[in-house]
Amino acid sequence: MSEKLYNNLLFQSIFLMLFLILVGLLIPNWLVFVITKAIAYGLVGLGIITLMRGGLVSFGQGFVFGIGGYTAGLLGTQAGLTDAMLLLFVSFLFTGLVGLIIAPLLARYRDIFFAMLSLAFSMVLYGILIKIDAIGGSDGFVLPESTYFGIKPSSEYADYLLYVVAIIMTGFISILLRYYYDSTPGLIALAVRENELRVEYLGSSAFNVAVLNFTIAAGLGGMGGALNGIALGHIDPEFTYWTTSGEFVFISILAGYLSVPAVFLAALLLELVRSFSGRYFPDTWQLILGLFLILSIIFIPSGIGSFFKQFFDRLKKSNK
Amino acid sequence: MNFFRQCLILMSSILISLLTFVGISNADGHKGFKLGVVTFLSGPAAEPFGVPAWNGGKLFIKLLNEGKVPAPYNKKGFGGMKITAIPIDESGGATKQVQEFRNLVQRDKVDAVLGYVSSGDCMAIPSVADELKALTVLYDCGTPRVFEDASYKYVFRTAAHAAMDNIAIAKYLIEKGHDISSIAGINQNYAWGKDSWKDFSVSVKKLSPSSEIKNELFPKIFSGQYGTEISALMNSKAKVVHSSLWGGDLQSFILQAKPRGLFKRTQVVFSAGDHVMPGLGNKYPEGVILGARGQYGMMAPDTALNKWFYKSYMDEYGVFPAQPPYRMVQGLMGLKMAIEKAMEKNGGKKPNKDEIAAAFKGLEFDSPGGLVQMKLGDGHQAIQPHAIGTTAKDKDGNITVTDIVRYKASCVNPPNGIKAVDWINAGFPGADC
Repeated sequence: MSEKLYNNLLFQSIFLMLFLILVGLLIPNWLVFVITKAIAYGLVGLGIITLMRGGLVSFGQGFVFGIGGYTAGLLGTQAGLTDAMLLLFVSFLFTGLVGLIIAPLLARYRDIFFAMLSLAFSMVLYGILIKIDAIGGSDGFVLPESTYFGIKPSSEYADYLLYVVAIIMTGFISILLRYYYDSTPGLIALAVRENELRVEYLGSSAFNVAVLNFTIAAGLGGMGGALNGIALGHIDPEFTYWTTSGEFVFISILAGYLSVPAVFLAALLLELVRSFSGRYFPDTWQLILGLFLILSIIFIPSGIGSFFKQFFDRLKKSNK
Repeated sequence: MNFFRQCLILMSSILISLLTFVGISNADGHKGFKLGVVTFLSGPAAEPFGVPAWNGGKLFIKLLNEGKVPAPYNKKGFGGMKITAIPIDESGGATKQVQEFRNLVQRDKVDAVLGYVSSGDCMAIPSVADELKALTVLYDCGTPRVFEDASYKYVFRTAAHAAMDNIAIAKYLIEKGHDISSIAGINQNYAWGKDSWKDFSVSVKKLSPSSEIKNELFPKIFSGQYGTEISALMNSKAKVVHSSLWGGDLQSFILQAKPRGLFKRTQVVFSAGDHVMPGLGNKYPEGVILGARGQYGMMAPDTALNKWFYKSYMDEYGVFPAQPPYRMVQGLMGLKMAIEKAMEKNGGKKPNKDEIAAAFKGLEFDSPGGLVQMKLGDGHQAIQPHAIGTTAKDKDGNITVTDIVRYKASCVNPPNGIKAVDWINAGFPGADC
């Protein structure tokens, strides 16, 4: 049964990726760009959801988002590395490594203490970044235009190529994450969320689960930051500011922890609401955005993912 | 396969809704001129800066569309084309602005973007503007680096950069015989603040080599609390305190420093100090030396164009126009002149961005603040005449600006091709005063 499900998952995901790549040719440039950006934010949200499965929420994912962005940016400006795929991958690995180093410190804490300590990390990084004038201080800096396998595309196709790269890399990462969520350590995370003490009595380590999840979340956040930086072509310390971290938390709450695609949908939804309220209500866009946040928390408390789950559960029932 | 079919149905419905949505948002075919306007509409920079700027812009666009502006701006709209403005909030940092800019260009398909108060935004936008080939007019931001460190094809700045403000203040201090044996500065920690302080301190050093620098403070932009900094400035006992704070930051600084006597104890100079006067009124301290980043507001020249603008703004909003509305109107005037010049050349058709950019290069036009010349950065960066004054109470007890000294554009701006800071360091060669 499970074997069949997994094959099915791989098939479904690749089908979805191809579909999205084709859709990218039909929709206008700005929407391609907005989706790319939503993918970047969704990646970070996915990291938070990985943590949420183990009962932890990070208020400081801006920390890894910023590290990933600056890694990609500095490799681009200082080392002349401009291949988008390579930049995303290196940022993923490097930020994951940073995550692994600080994870043992954070993993000892739970609840609000974990959240506040992660927030502290991100704000310390923010404080450092705005003081370093060599990399633009609070102005940030402009990234060189990225290349794809050594080819520099003309500006009409640059957005689309980055979109394709983002879809492919994110698609495969999402598949791997689904496998991870359904694996033994992934399921132990859910058990930790329910009752940490009992998990320890049964011989598993809640600490190790938290370290592993934080490392994964860091890698994902780093890749999201790199993707966001490359897409915008500009990076500044605002990436690590607490309001940015807050957005990631909101995306994860809007998505819920039940479904992987829901995270990207939530990020896209937030991006569209923000962008259109800014466009049509320039004086009161924060009010519209705030109303959207409040209403979505009141009416979909367990997230968009719960719709997905209901939908697929019903499908499975009808197939029987 | 039932499952697979259901998935297909789901996907095609998503696709259809996406395409309809796109169709709707692209539906408005446009004959006039679509202009994106970016300025602060929320946050601490909105009330003293962004909103008055947009008020001025809104009024001017309305009068242009009605054809009620005096010559040489008496053609309706931009060369007969009706102007439709799309205002966008500038708050949220440079990265967000890059995104909003892309939305304006790619989604709304604007013909040009006029905007940007924050120097950080002005450093981030031009490279994107050139990449997207989008005509962009920077109307306010001050950092000289925009056209000194790079060159852009489609980006223009219709106002002088900040070097002028600080050079003129240094000259004013010396001409009026103020004691500049020691100076201190409080400036925001980003492009504008850093560049302003550098230009000011180097100018003072150049004009009076014996003066010493006491404190260099760089609080974060929009921090709003300056208790510690004010203590440090009071303790340093510097003769002159320089600040390029602006917007809500400047208001907070004045309100926090005044009761502690900073303005009585030291000579404070504000390089961009006038735009909080309408808001603060008589709470504004006396004896402060200030610039308005041009001959604006209370320091505006006595010309017919200025009288018309001052009166129109005053009638509409009930307060006098300070620096922000002047600068936005200046940007709109430059854009209008460039478009109309391009139309003369191509026989009256709606010009494309290459034609407008070609006409914009090296353009000269009259504004309420005096003659604007696109002379620096190979014709992309404006210079303009400047004025510095000192605040005082008039006989009714209202705060006003007196002791105004006017400077020619060529006296306080570097010549083309020389970086502002190099020009100051070299001792202002070729300055025509």
